[in-house]
Amino acid sequence: MSESKVLTCVSCPKGCEIKVEFEDEKIIEIIGNSCPQGEDYAREEIISPVRILPTTVKVINGILPIVPVKTTKAISLELVDQAMREISRVKVEAPIETGQILYQNLLDTGIDVVATRRIFAKER
Amino acid sequence: MMLKLKRDLVVIGGGPAGMAAADKAYDEGIEEVLILERDFELGGILPQCIHNGFGLHHFKEELTGPEYAQRYIDLIARKSIEVKLDTMVLDITVDKKIYAMNSKDGFMEIEATAIVLAMGCRERTAGAIGIPGTRPAGVLTAGTAQRFTNIEGFVLGKEVVILGSGDIGLIMARRMRLEGANVKAVVELLPYTGGLTRNVVQCLEDYDIPLLLNHTVTNVKGENRIESVIISEVDEKLKVIPGTEKEFSCDTLLLSVGLIPENELSKKAGVKLDQRTKGPIVNEGRETSISGIFACGNVLHVHDLVDYVTEEAVITGYWAARFIKDKYQKNSERRQIKAGKNVNYVVPQYLDLVDHDRKKTPLYMRVSKPLTNVDIKISLKGNTLLTFKQDYARPGEMININLPEKILNEEENIEEITIDIIEKGVH
Repeated sequence: MSESKVLTCVSCPKGCEIKVEFEDEKIIEIIGNSCPQGEDYAREEIISPVRILPTTVKVINGILPIVPVKTTKAISLELVDQAMREISRVKVEAPIETGQILYQNLLDTGIDVVATRRIFAKER
Repeated sequence: MMLKLKRDLVVIGGGPAGMAAADKAYDEGIEEVLILERDFELGGILPQCIHNGFGLHHFKEELTGPEYAQRYIDLIARKSIEVKLDTMVLDITVDKKIYAMNSKDGFMEIEATAIVLAMGCRERTAGAIGIPGTRPAGVLTAGTAQRFTNIEGFVLGKEVVILGSGDIGLIMARRMRLEGANVKAVVELLPYTGGLTRNVVQCLEDYDIPLLLNHTVTNVKGENRIESVIISEVDEKLKVIPGTEKEFSCDTLLLSVGLIPENELSKKAGVKLDQRTKGPIVNEGRETSISGIFACGNVLHVHDLVDYVTEEAVITGYWAARFIKDKYQKNSERRQIKAGKNVNYVVPQYLDLVDHDRKKTPLYMRVSKPLTNVDIKISLKGNTLLTFKQDYARPGEMININLPEKILNEEENIEEITIDIIEKGVH
C-alpha cells in the first residue's frame, strides 16, 4: 500500500506545497514542486530529513562575544541536538573571516562549521 | 562651528535597502553618495538574522543574514561609497536638509539633492498590544531577543512562550529551542500564522513546538521576573472564550506581533503616509510626496524577503540617480493603483514617471486573508485586462507581479488600475 504526504518545501521562501506518494522508502510520485530542488527536498524529506544548522560560536578577544556560523552542508535533523552540544564547546580567537572553518568534521559527518561573518579583534 | 556638507545623494539607514540603493545610484554615475547609519556597522537587521534562507532570488544561492549583508558591505567598501557610522539623524526638512550627529563630526547639516529613506521598521511592543497583567522582566520582543541571543551572546531563558507567529517569532522559537530552552508554545490570535509557511515547518514542526492558533495571552504573572502566562482560546470574532484559560509556567515571553515602518523622520519632513502600509505613498520610482525624497525597504512597507527589499532598493537607487541627473520626467496624469477585493495594499500606490524603455512594472502586494486557488485580476474601469493565477495567497507572504507596459499602452486615459485577488468560483 502506498502512502501520500503533503510537504511544504523549505528550500526557499516560496514554500511550494509538494505532494509525495511513496511506499516504504520508495518514492512513486512527486507533484507540486516548481524547481528541481523541490524534488530533491521531497525525496530527502521522506527518506531522511536534513537541515543546514545555523548557530553561534564563542569568540575570544573579538569586538563581539560570539560569531554566527553554519554547517557547510545540511545535516540530518536527528543529529541537530548532538551537533549543538558539540558546537557549544568551540571557542575561536578573533579575527575571524567569513567562510573560515571553525570546526571540522562535525560528528563524523564530513561536514564543517564555518563563520558567516567577519569578526575583528578587539583593539588592545 | 556646525559642520556643513553637501552631497548628491544621502541615504538614511545602512541596512539592505540603504546599501542597495546607494550601490545602484553610484553605478548610475552618482559619485557623492553618503550613507548615514546609527549602528556601529552596516547591515541593518541582517547581522542578527543568522539563519539561512536569504539570497535565493537575488544571489541565486542560499545565504545567512550576515553573509547577505557582507556581500553589500564589501560592495560599498570596494566602491569607496562614503559611510558615517554611529550617526543619528535628528531631522529632515522639506528642502532636503538633514540634521545629524555623531561623536566625531558633532552636529552637522547636510544638504542633499536627493534623499533615500531606508530606516527600516521596528517591532510592536507589549504596550502596543495592551497585554494584561504585571510588567515583569522577561517579556521582550522577538527581535530584541534575537539581537541578545545572536549578537550579544546572552542566554535569555529556559522556559519560553511566544505570542504572535510572525517570522521572527517562529525563527526565535527554533533558536531558543536549539540553545536548550523548552519552547512551550507559539500562540497566535488569528486562525492562521503571520509568518512564512516554510518557517512554520522548519522552526516549529521540526521540533514539535505547538502552534496554538485562535489563542492569546490573557494574563502575565510574576513580580520581578515573569513566572507564568494564562493562555485562552478566542472565537471567530477574536473574543476570549471564558473557561478555556490554561496556565503555562515560563521565564520568558517573546512577542512577535507585527512590525511598523519607522517613519518619524519622514513625518518631520512632511512625507505623506499610507494608512495601510504605514509607509510613504510612492510612485514607481519610490519617490514620496516630497520631490527628491525617495523611500525603500521596510520603511516603505514591511517585506518578508530581503531579496525583494534589494530589488525595490535597486529601483529606488536608479530613479534617485535619474532625479539627481535631471533625467526625471513626470506625466501630467497620475495612474492610481487601487487595492481591490481581498488586497490589503499595493506598492507603488501610483504611476507617474515617463519611462520609454520600460517593459514592465513590478507591483508588491499583500492579501488581507488566506486564499486558495486565486486569480489576481488587473482591471480598468471594471474590465479585466490581465489575470495571474496562483495556487494560494497568504497575508504573511508578499505577492510580487509584473505589470506589463503593453497593456497600459493599449489603453487611453488610465486614471485608476484596480487589483483584485479572488478565489476561483467565488465572485
